[in-house]
Amino acid sequence: MCQECGCSQPGPYQVGDRKIDAHTHTLPDGTVITHSHHDHGPSHAHGHEHHHHGHAHHILNLNTGILNANDRAAEQNRGAFKALNLLVLNVVSSPGAGKTTLLTKTLNELKGRLRCAVIVGDLATDNDAARLRTTGAPVVQIATGTLCHLEAGMVAEAVKQLDLRALDLLIIENVGNLVCPASFDLGEAVRVVLHSVTEGEDKPLKYPPMFHSADVVGVTKTDMATAADFDRELALKNIRQASPRAKIFEFSARTGDGIQAWCAYLVALKTAGR
Amino acid sequence: MHEFGIMEAALETAAQKTRAAGATQIHRLKLRVGKLSGVVPEALQFAFDALKDKSLAAQAVLEIEEVPAVCWCADCAAEFETADLKYECPRCHQPSGDLRRGKQMELASLEIS
Repeated sequence: MCQECGCSQPGPYQVGDRKIDAHTHTLPDGTVITHSHHDHGPSHAHGHEHHHHGHAHHILNLNTGILNANDRAAEQNRGAFKALNLLVLNVVSSPGAGKTTLLTKTLNELKGRLRCAVIVGDLATDNDAARLRTTGAPVVQIATGTLCHLEAGMVAEAVKQLDLRALDLLIIENVGNLVCPASFDLGEAVRVVLHSVTEGEDKPLKYPPMFHSADVVGVTKTDMATAADFDRELALKNIRQASPRAKIFEFSARTGDGIQAWCAYLVALKTAGR
Repeated sequence: MHEFGIMEAALETAAQKTRAAGATQIHRLKLRVGKLSGVVPEALQFAFDALKDKSLAAQAVLEIEEVPAVCWCADCAAEFETADLKYECPRCHQPSGDLRRGKQMELASLEIS
């Protein structure tokens, strides 16, 4: 395929000792255009010189993904993580749903069972990183500036600061946001979407792309359910509707409820080699 | 507001393809956006209006084709379009996690000269 204009003609080739570096296009009106690839530049436009009027518009059908660059980087990450048999989670939620508190508890609970590290994204400050470091796990902070999500390339940069061979589990705590991170694959094996009881029961219905992409949905702050008038049955029904593939966990990082089941799940996943 | 970053990426790809075709101007830029892509067409339009002046698409019209979310129901062996993004098969009422279309974000075509 011609790399310059994207048409499905071969590139330069040679017949005898004659180099051939031109090919032909047929325009929708039947005009046949022949051009050489040496001519490419601002002055050269397919059809210009050949068309009835001077400024023929030309349709390019592309059908290319806009986030191809991120998706490629994510696949590279995924391949590298798989090769190292490293389990990688991408944890997303709205701000204040309890990501950092849950992860701190998780890291403490997994001590001696899985070797863990965390990459944490925030627009600014390393407050979350400092909280996570109290567990003794290595933590890399990504300050995204104004960006509302992490991208696969940022993760690839951040893991350079970690000794991945010495790890079993890498947890990526994404920027608190239930919209944008849904579109950006980081190369994780498991996407974990958290939602706290104080956010109401219909969160999964309000943010369909994020919840539909979840492998795990975790309901956090269950110790506050009564105070928040949280209708558990309705919430679970909504989660099952919005996230049909997801495994559901309920936890309270404060009381420790549900933390053991969650950690047992992570150990089992790691053992299964995901 | 990641629509800005997405629109920047779209305009960059569009400019590359336009130059590669030997053209200098984009007249129409057509994007295809799935209902579950996580981007909002209005926000894309807003980003386009803010960014286009510095690009080859300064005079261009933005066209956005929305693609519905379509799931596969294994029990019924049939596709269904998700109503209200609830992923429930209208025939057997079972939820489906097998999304077949609706997450894409594509640069569909360009009209250039």
